[in-house]
This record gives sequence, structure tokens and C-alpha cells, in this order.
Amino acid sequence: MTCARRLAAALWILTCLGCRARAGQDVVIEFWAMGSEGESVQRLLAKFEQQTPGVRVRVQQIPWSAAHEKLLTAYVGDAMPDVFQLGNTWIPEFVALNAIERLDARVAHSTVLPDDYFPGILDTNVIDGALYGVPWYVDTRVLFYRTDLLQQAGFAAAPATWEAWVDAMVRIKARAGRDAYAILLPMTEWQPPVILALQRGARLLRDDDQYGNFRSPEFRAAFQFYLDLFHRELTPRDADAQVANLYQDFSNGYFTFYITGPWNIGEFQQRLPAAMADKWATAPMPAPDATHPGVSTAGGASLALFRGARHGDAAWQVIEFLSTPARQIEFYRLTGDLPSRKTAWTRQDLMHDRYAQAFWQQLQHVQATPKIPEWERIADKITQYAEAAIRGGMDMDAALTALDADVDQVLEKRRWLLRRRAAVDAGRPGP
Amino acid sequence: MLDGRGRERMTSRINPAFWFVAPALSVIVIFFVVPVAASLLLSLTDFDVYAVASRANLRFVGAGNYLRLTHEPLFWVAFKNTLYFVLVAGPLSVGVSLAAAVLLSAKLVRFQSVFRTLFFLPVVTTLVAVAVVWRYVYHPRFGLLNYALSLLAIGPIDWLGDPHWAMPAIILMAVWKNFGFNMVIFVAGLQSIPDRLYEAADIDGAYRWAQFRYVTLPMLAPTFLFVAIITMIGYFQLFAEPYVMTQGGPAHSTLSIVLLMYQEGFRWWNMGHAAAVAFVLFAVILVLTLVTMRLRVREPVASGVVPR
Repeated sequence: MTCARRLAAALWILTCLGCRARAGQDVVIEFWAMGSEGESVQRLLAKFEQQTPGVRVRVQQIPWSAAHEKLLTAYVGDAMPDVFQLGNTWIPEFVALNAIERLDARVAHSTVLPDDYFPGILDTNVIDGALYGVPWYVDTRVLFYRTDLLQQAGFAAAPATWEAWVDAMVRIKARAGRDAYAILLPMTEWQPPVILALQRGARLLRDDDQYGNFRSPEFRAAFQFYLDLFHRELTPRDADAQVANLYQDFSNGYFTFYITGPWNIGEFQQRLPAAMADKWATAPMPAPDATHPGVSTAGGASLALFRGARHGDAAWQVIEFLSTPARQIEFYRLTGDLPSRKTAWTRQDLMHDRYAQAFWQQLQHVQATPKIPEWERIADKITQYAEAAIRGGMDMDAALTALDADVDQVLEKRRWLLRRRAAVDAGRPGP
Repeated sequence: MLDGRGRERMTSRINPAFWFVAPALSVIVIFFVVPVAASLLLSLTDFDVYAVASRANLRFVGAGNYLRLTHEPLFWVAFKNTLYFVLVAGPLSVGVSLAAAVLLSAKLVRFQSVFRTLFFLPVVTTLVAVAVVWRYVYHPRFGLLNYALSLLAIGPIDWLGDPHWAMPAIILMAVWKNFGFNMVIFVAGLQSIPDRLYEAADIDGAYRWAQFRYVTLPMLAPTFLFVAIITMIGYFQLFAEPYVMTQGGPAHSTLSIVLLMYQEGFRWWNMGHAAAVAFVLFAVILVLTLVTMRLRVREPVASGVVPR
């Protein structure tokens, strides 16, 4: 035997031993999480591994910008993790892909109590009556505003109705002059026009989400309101790219109102100069009528199980572990992400927190956007045509007509699939 | 093309040379020919997320994707923007790089290599880093460019926010970023022009401009053609600049064909449609490249002056 051969044989034996040892020891669960959540969750899961001997969790951290693509390619390449974080507007797509498991049966006898979640948020996880994800943390949009500038304009509290809101904005703008504005609404964000439309009770799509419904009177009214904010110069015609430093602009008084989400509580606290600390607050969205607060979007992220997960039961244990109120509070402390369970809020007295309380109120009034895979594309079309109407390239009627036409085109495949399914159902003999 | 003898030899036994190029060829086939053929097939279907879920959801649409493109406003907007970019930024970039190359090759200039390196620096700098800095330069309120313009009493321009100015802003940045590459090629071309031609021109009493016009330019003709075609092909594939600077906005004024393809394919996962866009772009570039090469052949001056 040559030296090299002997070495190779030794290596081979060692490798085999290694495999056996690992296979006999632990179940390894693959868990994909995005952004800073991916980093923080590893600390929580150390405790899980202590509690559940024989199960190890391997967390892979994925940047948000690449997450959607990576999950899709993983699905195609048969390399899905057992359990993963999923933005809740992505759930319909992964259900269409048949990539995630129905959770109703598992939830039925578990510590995950559906009643303890905000109904509007939980609803985003329900597709055709079945539950596909467990909300992990929640996200919605509320008003962030400068209390001092609002007071100077003659208002003691945040506006509760659209009318009071516009009134305040007009006065703020009059005081601010040419180079500052009342509100910041980056044109590339779809949330503001959609929130306003949902508040007016608009149904964005019609006929089982097969066609655009943007010429409905409700949507038109909301869209008009949105466009007017630009035409009356209450808001700058800025896209995301032009906002060089949001926090600086906010403390300079470049704008007074801003519609944004919970992550900015932490960011504002950290990045605004110390002198600003007492000069800003959060408030639930104003409503078009007297029904304050008006609705907002139901966002956030959920935990989902891959349908073909090798260790489905163990992976579900991970979801249960992360869903307990105690872990949710810990997670909130680590990331600032708002807990999805009401018990976590009450135990932590979060609903009386200076900044989080607006979210607590708002979360009782959130509504899901259409739950179809095409939604993000449709949302993008809304901003496109809103931008065209804002810049004066199109009048509102032309923009909404074109928006409907584009959305109908996007939904063509969906109509075809539904027709085919209907034909199959009709052809099948009844039970 | 094989002549008669060659074909005979090929049929009798495989040329040993084949085995030498076979490894390289197989790599090309696996990583280039096969994917291209696959995406051609893809462009004839409506492959999307639903088709990923189940092949039964895949429809063969024939030329449908291509026909749809002809009456898709967004595609024509992207096409016009790309053409605008190629027609303005292309000549500008070639002109600037030629000027820079001629200046650098002048005998009077000292520290030539230092300048050459400096001018080449933007080419090798990461675009994302460059874009961050240029975004500050272009900022409507705090930007350096608007500050300079304000000294000339020219009002603030919202460079990246105004649909009329966004493309010029992208062009300016792209030219600045890329001219160094062409410049290096021109410098090489200039160095290969024999000194005796200039000496002869001197003796004939030709001055600077005449020398440039009748010696430098004709001698650079092959380099020029190369640079023009490479620049055109590169600029038709405009992507990274608008992707990092504007995402195609405002109001689609910087949406390029490749950016449209990227969005269709990887943002919305309409692979069939995106593949069709890719093939249309390929056809456009191919035709224009052939036309450019044909122009070169017809040009009498260039071929006449080149010494044997």
C-alpha cells in the first residue's frame, strides 16, 4: 500500500464515521429568514435547541432584495428550506406554486391560537378559506408627524378625518412657503393611494379578481384626493430616489406628515437629532368620514412550512416556539418588529407605548390587498399611472382607463386558469 | 466555408484539430448554444409563475409574445429611450474618448500615464459606488451640479426627478464612466500610426488640423469602426445605470430595453415575455451592426490611404 492510498482509505473511513455520527444525532431544520430578522432569530433559536434535544436549526439569512428570487429558484431547483419567512403579500404566489403546506390541522391542536392574532393580519394568510402561514410580526402604515409644526398651524391633535387633514395640510403649506411641504408621499410607493382607496371602500378588482376595477366611483374619489395633494403642492413630486436623507428632511421641516411603517419608530429614534425627540408622534390614519381610524394595509411577515419538508413536524415546532408571546416579546426587543399576538402586546403594555399605540389602534383596522399572485405587479401599475397623472402627462380618466386595460392584460392568465378549472369541474361527475 | 478538398477530408476522417478545439467548443455549446436555444423556445411560450407550479399551466403561444410587443406601449417607450441613449451617448462617448486620446498622445503632454490612469479610473470603479456619488451630484436641492449652475444663474434642475432631464443625466454619467475604455483603444490606435506620415505631412506644409483630418482620422478608421460597433452594442444593452440611479423612472423616461426585460423576467417572472424582448433586442443589434460594417466597406477614403 502506498502512502497516498493509505491516506485516502483513512479519509474515507473518517468521512463515513462523520456521516453516521451526524445522521444518528440530530435532525437539522433549514430555516430561511430575511434581513435583520434572520440575524436576530438565531439568538432566539439557541434556546429552542436547548429545549428540544435532537433538533438543530440552521438559519440562512437572505437579504430582502434577493429573497423573492431566491425562494422561487429554490423551489424550481428543489432546494427549499423546511421553514421560511414569507412577506404576507407573497403567500398567494407560493400557494399557487403549491409550495407551502396548509396549516389548519396543525393549528387546531397547538399553542398557536388564531383568536390571539389581529383578524386583518391573519386574513392575509388565508387563501380560499385555508390557512397557509402564521403571522410572525406585523406591519401597517400610520401617520408619522411633527407635533410642533402641526401645533403652529393651529392643530392640537392629529387629524381624524380627511377634511381636517387637508385643512391642516393647507395651513402647514401656507406657513412653510415654497421650499417645504405638508406631507411626503414618494410617488414610487403604492401604499398611499391604495390605503386611501381602501378607506373609501373601493374594491380594487372585480369578478373574483379577474378584472381591474379602478374606474369605480370609490377608487376615483380616492385617486382624485391623492392627485390633488400633488396638484395643490401639498406634497413634493419626489420619487424614492430623490429623498436623499429622510431623517434630515423630517427634522428640517421639509414635510410634516409621512405615511410609513413600524420600522421607522426605531429609525426615527435613532437618527433624528436629540432636539427632535419631543417633536414627533404617530397617529392612526384619518378616515374619509367620521369612522376614525380609517383602514390601512395589512402587512408583515409570516412563517410558512414547505410542503415537501423533510422534517415537517420538527419545523412546525420551530414555528410554535417563535409564536409564543414570550418569544415574540423577545423578538420585539431585538428587532423592533411589532408582535403579531395580542397577548404579547398586553404583557408588554405596548398598546400604551408612546409610538406603538398608534399601531395598536391601526391594527384593529387593517385590510388585505387582493390575495392573488399578480398583486405586486398590479400595485406597480397603480404607481405608474398615478405618476403619469401627477406629472400631467395623462388626465385622470385616461390614466384609470389605461390602468384597467393593463391590469386586465396582467390577469389574462388568471382568467384562463379559472376558466379551465371551471370547465374541469363542470365535466367531472358530481359526488 | 470549406472548399472541395476540405470537405472530402472531413468526410474521410475527423480532422485532429477538432479534438483540440472540442473541449472549448463543448463548453460553448453547453453554456451558450443550449441556453440561447432554450430561451428561444421560452419566448414562444407564456412561461410564468403558474408554469413553474405545473407544466400543465404552460401555453405555447407561437409568435404571440412578439406580436404583443408590437402594440405594447411600454416596449416602445423602452425602445425609444434606448435609441435616444445610443444616438446621443454613443457619438458623445466616442467623441470624448477620441479627444482625450489625441490630447494624451500629444508630445507636449507630460505625465501621460498618470492622466491615462486617471481617465481610465471610472471604468474600473464599481458602478453602484459611482451611482451613489452621482446621485448626490444630481440632487435638486443640495447637489454640486445645481450649485455650479446656480452660479451661472440657471435655475435648479431636478436632474433625476424630471422626465425631461433624467435621460441626459444618465447619459452624462454613462459617458463619464465609459469613455476611458474607448480612449485606451484609441491611444493604441494612435500609437500604431507611423511617425513618417506626420513628417511627410509636415514637409507638405499640412498644419495640425489638416494632419488630424487627413492622416490621423483615416489611419484610425479600423479602430474607429471597432470602437463604434463595440460602443453601440454596449449602449444598446443599457441597464446598470438606470437600474441603480432611477429604476427606469421618472415616468419611464429612463426605462431601457434590457431593464424592461429584467423587470418582466426577474421581477414579475414572465419569462416567456422577457425572452421575446431579449430576442428583439438581439435582432436590432445584429441588423445595426451589419449596417455599420457595410458603411465601413463603402467608405473610399479609409481603404485608399491605408499603406500596404
